Amino acid sequence: MIQYILRRLLQVIPVFLGTTLLVYFMVFALPGDPVRALFGERPPSEAVIVAIRQQYNLDQPFFVQYGLFLKNIFTLNLGVDFTGQPISASLARVFPVTAMLAVEALAIQAVFGIAFGLVAGLRKGKLFDSTVLLASLVVIAVPVFVFGFVLQLVVGVQLGWAKPTVGSDAEWSTLVLPATSLALGSFAYVLRLTRASVIENMNADYVRTATAKGLSRPRVVVTHILRNSLIPVVTYLGASLGGLMGGAIVTEGIFNVPGVGQKLYQSILRSEGPTIVAIVSVLVLVFVIANLLVDLLYAWLDPRIRYEK
Amino acid sequence: MSALDVSFNEVGMPAERPLLEIRDLAITFKTSGGEVQAVRNSHLTIMPGETVAIVGESGSGKSTTALAAIGLLPGNGWISGGQILLDGEDISHASEKRMIELRGNTIGMVPQDPMSNLNPVWKIGYQVKETLRANGRPSAPEDIAKVLAEAGLPDAHRRAKQYPHEFSGGMRQRALIAIGLSCQPRLLIADEPTSALDVTVQRQILDHLEGMTSELGTAVLLITHDLGLAAERADKVVVMYRGQVVEAGPSLELLENPQHPYTQRLVASAPSLASRRIQVAKDLGLKSDELLAPTEALVEPSMTENVLQIQDLTKVFKLRSGLGRSTDFTAVDNVSFSVKRGTTTAIVGESGSGKSTVAQMVLNLLPPTSGKIIFDGVDTSTLNSKQIFAFRRRVQPIFQDPYGSLDPMYNIYRTIEEPLRTHKVGNKVSREKKVRELLDQVALPQSTMQRYPNELSGGQRQRVAIARALALDPEVIICDEAVSALDVLVQAQVLNLLADLQSNLGLTYLFITHDLAVVRQIADHVCVMEKGKLVETGSTDEVFDSPQQDYTKALLNAIPGAKLMLPPEVA
Repeated sequence: MIQYILRRLLQVIPVFLGTTLLVYFMVFALPGDPVRALFGERPPSEAVIVAIRQQYNLDQPFFVQYGLFLKNIFTLNLGVDFTGQPISASLARVFPVTAMLAVEALAIQAVFGIAFGLVAGLRKGKLFDSTVLLASLVVIAVPVFVFGFVLQLVVGVQLGWAKPTVGSDAEWSTLVLPATSLALGSFAYVLRLTRASVIENMNADYVRTATAKGLSRPRVVVTHILRNSLIPVVTYLGASLGGLMGGAIVTEGIFNVPGVGQKLYQSILRSEGPTIVAIVSVLVLVFVIANLLVDLLYAWLDPRIRYEK
Repeated sequence: MSALDVSFNEVGMPAERPLLEIRDLAITFKTSGGEVQAVRNSHLTIMPGETVAIVGESGSGKSTTALAAIGLLPGNGWISGGQILLDGEDISHASEKRMIELRGNTIGMVPQDPMSNLNPVWKIGYQVKETLRANGRPSAPEDIAKVLAEAGLPDAHRRAKQYPHEFSGGMRQRALIAIGLSCQPRLLIADEPTSALDVTVQRQILDHLEGMTSELGTAVLLITHDLGLAAERADKVVVMYRGQVVEAGPSLELLENPQHPYTQRLVASAPSLASRRIQVAKDLGLKSDELLAPTEALVEPSMTENVLQIQDLTKVFKLRSGLGRSTDFTAVDNVSFSVKRGTTTAIVGESGSGKSTVAQMVLNLLPPTSGKIIFDGVDTSTLNSKQIFAFRRRVQPIFQDPYGSLDPMYNIYRTIEEPLRTHKVGNKVSREKKVRELLDQVALPQSTMQRYPNELSGGQRQRVAIARALALDPEVIICDEAVSALDVLVQAQVLNLLADLQSNLGLTYLFITHDLAVVRQIADHVCVMEKGKLVETGSTDEVFDSPQQDYTKALLNAIPGAKLMLPPEVA
């Protein structure tokens, strides 16, 4: 088991190198000159431009720049961005906010998706099931930003139940609205996946046997139907965590959340290569580790899956 | 006086009153085609401690009746009439709460398929534990181990910590028996408890079940499609046919003197009871076919050539054991035998004995590790791709599962015509003529051509599979468990058909099966395989009458009903 985890962690290295190289190259190939863009309408003197270029190694060939970037990563010194702030400091500021947002969204979609999916599956073909199925279809069809604005307007402004924008004080309570809007899309998938899985397991022979043993209905549902049905759902939830982190750009924009999405968007506008690559690298790490956790959770849920020692 | 009355009743009544009595039971299912009455007018009585078997083919309503007794009908079915009296209490419309009380400690169940009836994600011990707990019994680790040990699981403490997938089929069935009997129910419903297992395991498990239930005084309702097994294990047999009980009575009486035509057919075709080679029996009656049917009884063995020779065949699989290491697993170990043209050779063995691997190598679907397969004088491993194409035309397979081996998207015409088209035989008109001929040969109406596999019964599908195999006029047909998935009556029909085709077309069969009863009916020669090795070969009569190896003896002894004596006119 430990060998398996170590091997999976070793796999992070090529994935990390590959993605950063790709992202670095794309940033390098962006049109426009980041240094000139910094100064906007008033162009600086050539000497200043050259100095800035040298400071940020922008005058070096691509592979040298990339090599310097890697060196910085491994010495845990991410350098400074164009405004002179250390990149590691701004990452330390934005990542916890987005992580909170993503975890809250994950919890919302897991709890409500699994609960609604379970009940819908158990009442297959009944009114509740049809209603929930139809509603989930609507949720899937409507884009995230529409929900974002509607939630902000109705719940935040008109009803006044929650703060419509987050601003600087990002806490679990203030993040409820953005987390809900972020969770909605995946919630519908979790619901449908759970429902399909429950329906499949409900008719399994071992469920009938469990009933024949004299177990009460709630016990049969929880220990035999729900646990078995969670196996595919957990895979999806884990994979969606990475998506939630990266996909927060729109939601963070709507609710003014000072997180990764906003930072990434600003850095792209400014062609700030090092910041973009640093953010993406961390996202890649989060994604890879989330997937590893899912695989381990999967083995815990389904003992038939055992990883090679 | 009154005290005496009560005690008289308490002692006297249980002996008198049946434990389970089913009266006029009717069960209706709601299907897309309207309501279907699956069971009607069913009667059944089980006295305390008695074993009663319900026998019938699939779809006869035998399982449905049993499920109704434990309140586990599928969601679209309900009891539409009659009564189910459990110790005098009508439970046909009992509340779910009452049924939960009864299940486990009054009525237990041992389900059919050990592979799918244990929840794969819980340890065996937990699945026993929750049963004990739900029925208010002590559920400490010692209690769990005791229950498992009583069902014949060795090393029960350790076994309880394992998951179902770490158990063999037989062990899983023991675990299910342990669960079914853990709360010492008064009635145990055993729904085909061993039909998914090898015969030798089947025997051990049934013996054990019988021992346990007689010790506990448990009444057993045994559901089976095998009349031999029913007669051997049950005090009374109830025969169900198309949803109705057509006959009931003490087991031997019913076997010796079946009244209903269906029971008569069932007795006549039960593979475990019939003991003569179909073809030999037929040949004796049909003298005109004598020349075309070169079976052993009629033709000297030396006169026929070997169409297939297997020499020192070995297959080694590499099993991965992590990080590039692998261990060798010898599935087939130095097997040699030959098959004479126009005869039937059966390879018999339990699952895992390597018999299907031999079949796959003979079909050239799997390359042997070493050894030779010589077909008609040519080593098949030397064939190039073009020659293999020609070889396939002469050697055709029929597989076990008629549900899985026919393409559901192809209609029957296309299924049978496909090999002709692949091998570019004739034109469209002649191919259609050939398909019609083939359907005639396998006794299917020509209207079948436009239908799809899901519209046909299992027996009809297997006939289609046979027609498809015959399309290219092959010389050898490899039947890999070709009749194992079929009900006994259908099985008998298909075996008859295969025997007829053999005498008419001079076919050679290589029959892979785990069912010795089938072997007896179809084969001239038998090869017994155990753990990859050929342990015994000989003519069918030799092997059946004087088996040399212990393993063969065990296999023969394990045929249900083998020891029952039947009047000759029935057999």
